[in-house]
Order: sequence, then C-alpha cells, then structure tokens
Amino acid sequence: MWDLHRVAELPGGSTQLFVGLHLIHEVTSPQAFAALQDKALSVQCPERTVATVDHIVPTINQNRPFADPLAEEMLSTLEQNCAHYGIVLHGLGSGSQGIVHVIAPELGLTQPGMTVACGDSHTSTHGAFGAIAFGIGTSQVRDVLASQSIAMNKLKVRRIWVDGQLSCGVHAKDLILHVIRNLGVKAGVGHAYEFAGPAIEALSMEERMTLCNMAIEGGARCGYVNPDDVTFAYLQGRLHAPVAEAWQRAVAWWSSLASDANAAFDDEVKFDAASIAPTVTWGITPAQGIAVDETVPTPDSLALSERSIAEQAYRYMDLEPGSAIEGLPVDVCFIGSCTNGRLSDLKAAAAIAQGRHVAKGIKAFVVPGSQQVARAAEAEGLDDLFRTAGFEWREPGCSMCLAMNPDRLDGRQISASSSNRNFKGRQGSSSGRTLLMSPAMVAAAAITGQVTDVRTLLRNDCTPPGISH
Amino acid sequence: MTEITSFPQGGIGQVHGRALILRGEDIDTDRIIPARFLKCVSFEALGNQVFEDDRLELGGSHPFDLPVNQGASILIVNGNFGCGSSREHAPQALMRWGIRALIGESFAEIFYGNCLALGIPCATAAAAQIETLQESVAADPSQTWDLNIHTKQLQSDIGSWDLQVESGPREMLLTGRWDATSQLLDHQAALKRTMATLPYLNDFVVSVQ
Repeated sequence: MWDLHRVAELPGGSTQLFVGLHLIHEVTSPQAFAALQDKALSVQCPERTVATVDHIVPTINQNRPFADPLAEEMLSTLEQNCAHYGIVLHGLGSGSQGIVHVIAPELGLTQPGMTVACGDSHTSTHGAFGAIAFGIGTSQVRDVLASQSIAMNKLKVRRIWVDGQLSCGVHAKDLILHVIRNLGVKAGVGHAYEFAGPAIEALSMEERMTLCNMAIEGGARCGYVNPDDVTFAYLQGRLHAPVAEAWQRAVAWWSSLASDANAAFDDEVKFDAASIAPTVTWGITPAQGIAVDETVPTPDSLALSERSIAEQAYRYMDLEPGSAIEGLPVDVCFIGSCTNGRLSDLKAAAAIAQGRHVAKGIKAFVVPGSQQVARAAEAEGLDDLFRTAGFEWREPGCSMCLAMNPDRLDGRQISASSSNRNFKGRQGSSSGRTLLMSPAMVAAAAITGQVTDVRTLLRNDCTPPGISH
Repeated sequence: MTEITSFPQGGIGQVHGRALILRGEDIDTDRIIPARFLKCVSFEALGNQVFEDDRLELGGSHPFDLPVNQGASILIVNGNFGCGSSREHAPQALMRWGIRALIGESFAEIFYGNCLALGIPCATAAAAQIETLQESVAADPSQTWDLNIHTKQLQSDIGSWDLQVESGPREMLLTGRWDATSQLLDHQAALKRTMATLPYLNDFVVSVQ
C-alpha cells in the first residue's frame, strides 16, 4: 500500500507519498491557505479535498453570524477558501456537516487502501478501514493542498493482538484505554498500531473507529485494522462508495490488501478482551487509567518513570493515591466527540439512560458527531429518550472535547467525558478535570451523579428492550 | 516575550544562543498553547500565549517568565514533548516567543514534523544525558551554546555534548529544504504516474465532490 502511493524518494531518506483523501477544517487550514496565496500556488487536487466545520461551531445556536466573532471569522475564511479553490464544504446547512472523522467514513469517503491526511491528530481514526491515515500540521496542510503529497518516513508496525470477546458493558473505548494504560502514551512513537485478533474482528466499524481514533493517545500516529467483510458491509451503499461493477472491482482490491495471519511485524503485544473491565482515567494523561473497581495507583506501584507525572496528576485532580474511583462525584457529563459521537455510541448511552433520570445538580448533554448521526438518532427517538431522562440534546460539533466553542468546564468542575484527552485544561477551564470513559459509563455517571460501574445498571443483558443494537 | 529577530530561513547549520530548561514528561500541545488561542486565522499573536495556563498557575516562576531566561533560544525538555494535538500553533507559539531549537529525550511525531516545517531542529539524547545537560544549563543560565547541526553537537565554554539528529531532517535543515513545498512540487510527472496506477483513482473511481 505504501509503495503504491510512493511518488519519489526524497534526499535524506523520507518518501514523498501521494495523499488520496485530504480532509480539512476551519482550525488548521486558514494559515495553510494564506501560505498558498503568499507563494502564488493553487490547490493541486481540489477533487481529492473535502472540508467541513466542526471545532468552533456552537452546539446550541448555530445561526449565523455566530455570537463569537472569532468563530465566525474562522468559518467565513473556510467558506471563502473553499469557494475560491473549488473544494466541497459540508457546511452547517448541508445536512452532512459534522466532526471530520465522523463524516468522512459515513459519506463513504474513507476507503481501504487509501492514504488519508488531515490537519488533526485524530485522523488515525480512518485506519479502521485499512487506510493509511495520519494527522499533520498546518505547514503540511499547505504542502498537501499544493502538491497532494507529503514527505513521510515509513512507520514500524506494532500488532496489538486481542484474543477473546469483550464482556457485557465493556466497549471499544474501554479496550483502547486498557491498551494505552498498559503500553503508555509514548510507546507508539514511530509506529502504526495494527489492531487484530478475534476480539477486533468481532467489532463493528464504529467500534474499530473508536479504537483507531485513540491510537494517537498511545503515541502511534496511525491506527490500522485489516479490511474485511465488516468493512465492506459498512461501506456498501454509502454516498461515495463505488457501485455495481466498480463495487466488485473495489472489493476485490480491498480484499487483497489485508496483511495475512503470518505477516511479520516489528513487534507484537497481546491482550485478552475478556479480562478487560470498564475503564476510567484518573489522571492527566490517557495512560493514567484504571478499571472502575480499582483504586488510584500509589506511587510505589508505578514504574519510576511514571511517578513524577502521577504526582502532578494527584495534585491537579485532587485525588488521593489508593482512593476508589467508583463513587467519585462528577459535575458535567459529556457524550460525543470523534471518539464516541456515532450512532452506536449514542445507543449504548441511551440504553443506560432509558427510563432513568440524570441526578440532581448534574449537567449532562449529548452531542451527535454529525448531522447524519443526529437525524438517524432522532428517527429512532433517541433525542426524546435523552431529553426525558434529563440530558440536553445538542447540534453536531466537537463540543466540549476541546472547548474551542461555548461548551466548556467551569473552574474545578469534574467531567465524565466520552472524548479522548484528559490533559490539564483540555475542556476549557485551566483547572477543570476530565475523566475519560465510554459513552455508557458517562450515562451511568449522569444517572447516579458519580463514577459508576455501568455493569450495575445493565438490565437483563447488554441490550435492554426497545433499543436495538 | 522576547523580541523577535527573524524566523528561520535558508540552510540551518547552527543555532546559537542561551538555553532554558522546561522539565517534565509528556508535556502536551494543549499545555503549550491552550485550545482557546487556536481561534485565529493567523499565527501572529501566539508568542505571548505560549504556556499561558501553566504560567498563570505558577505566578511568574514558570521558566518562560523568569527574567534570566528572556532572550533564550534553545529549549531543553524531557520525554515525549509535544504529544497530543497536531496543532502547529504549538511550535509557532514557541518560535514566536524566541525558541529556535529544542533538545530532549524524545518528541511526539507530529510536533517534530511541525517543528521541522518551521526550520526548528529537534535534537535528542539519552535521559541521563539530558539530565546532566539540564544541570549544566541551570548552573549558569547566562552562558551561550552552539547547537551544530553538521557535527550534531551542543557546545559551550564548559564542554561539548553529542546529540542525535535524524538523517533526513538533518539533511533538510542543512540544505534549507525543510520548507518542503518546493521539493514536493518538483515531482509533478512522478505524481501523475502514481495517480495513474492507483486502483481507487482508475479502476473504481468515485469523486469526492
């Protein structure tokens, strides 16, 4: 796949790689377009470039102009640039707007065997389709706009083999938090993480996207899952997927891409899905996670290299080493983001919320990842279900994952969040605290007002009546 | 904020200046430049906002606020510096504050590439070496250092340190081709050949429009 996209070898040993799909958004593109204009360059392949707006959009009132003039300026700049260079923009009125890593897959734009680049680190998401997908900075956005290619070094591949099946109440989010907890936040530097094994094959495409989305939180620029029948079934019939005979040719090529069972990897790590419990972060990096029934680790239980950041985390989070995470009161509950803002995520949360009510004093809100996700959820009555349960039902966007919009924590508030980063200040307050967990776990925290093992709220089996999975 | 002389341009064989230390593992780009400052269509104002929340928290004692560090241009960090978000706003903010080179145990990949695209070298050394280097800088913050990209050494009056600089980036820095656009545009014919052989552009072409 790498060789097929190779344009040239560059002095110094890096490869010039063709970019099959370039996704752009309002935050990391304006300076790239400005640089293009400075150099009097044009966009090489506007027909391989797709834009949307996600980071700065409000989730309550999306009427233009936005209340925030800076946000308005960023969107107008994107609109002007797209119009000027002939780039398709999935804007607010389009019906197809949403978080870039949600819309490209759901529109069938992301396909196996492609190279996908976007000025956003969570571009690793698209590797779930068997694509080589990676985040880039603004100078590289400029380069891809100008040349539809990028200078890259070949990555090593670490295979993360997961045996068994995830238990009831345990989701892809728990699996990736568990993997990162064990491998750390920097073990993936220089690597792609290829997820494989029976547990991965059993995951839906949306779950695979959650997994690959957070590869970057383990330091791996790319996540990857071999394309298979689950991938093809997801793609078939989507807007930009091939049809008729072209579909047959596509599936034939895609099927040939999968690395075989005996392929050599730079290294391999194994996990057992059945041993994984709902997982929650307690600290300030995504690797500082524990099973919901465990206690915050004590310094002496940690590797020497982890102690300094753990000390910072105890202070910042105001958590005692050795204390339980279950029962910790929360203030805000956020369901959404490019990690967990898809229909199956909302359904998993709805299954917990159904027939119950958000605890007193808790702010809980659901932000669909895209307009398509929102409409599909509304068609199933999830919006009413959430509202009845005391959740707010919002318009699509990145929302409180990174607080570049009105959704943010206030002061030292603690959030239960289905997003991807628990860095200091990440959710918009310089002292705000984030606990990462699955959407179902966020819903459970909203209902009880504290960190709760979602398995205690499951009815009969994993899928309560009335909620099809 | 220090006065900006000029941003990197052309071949970069050497970075000369005082050094400052920022200790800590896994310092992410949200800390380097909090997301609220990404609401901009130009990078110009970012120099004043670098490490804003960390600096507020430390009330003037952050390394970027200490008077002795003003005007320093070589930043010495620890491991996995620049992890998290791909925002180029992070190296832009560092550059606009005055940083022209970084030395650390390791750097997150996207951050590293973003620095290179701005002509800012990121050199690495083993953890123990970084620690003694940080001690040497702390002992006399007013001393000046030369980071030599040719010899991959950091030198001052008190000694010389061997560092690692990856061969590809080193070549790009030395030749001034770290600004990759022109290099990529040199291969238009090869680009067309690649596009002509890709199954998804030929055998089952579907437009994104």
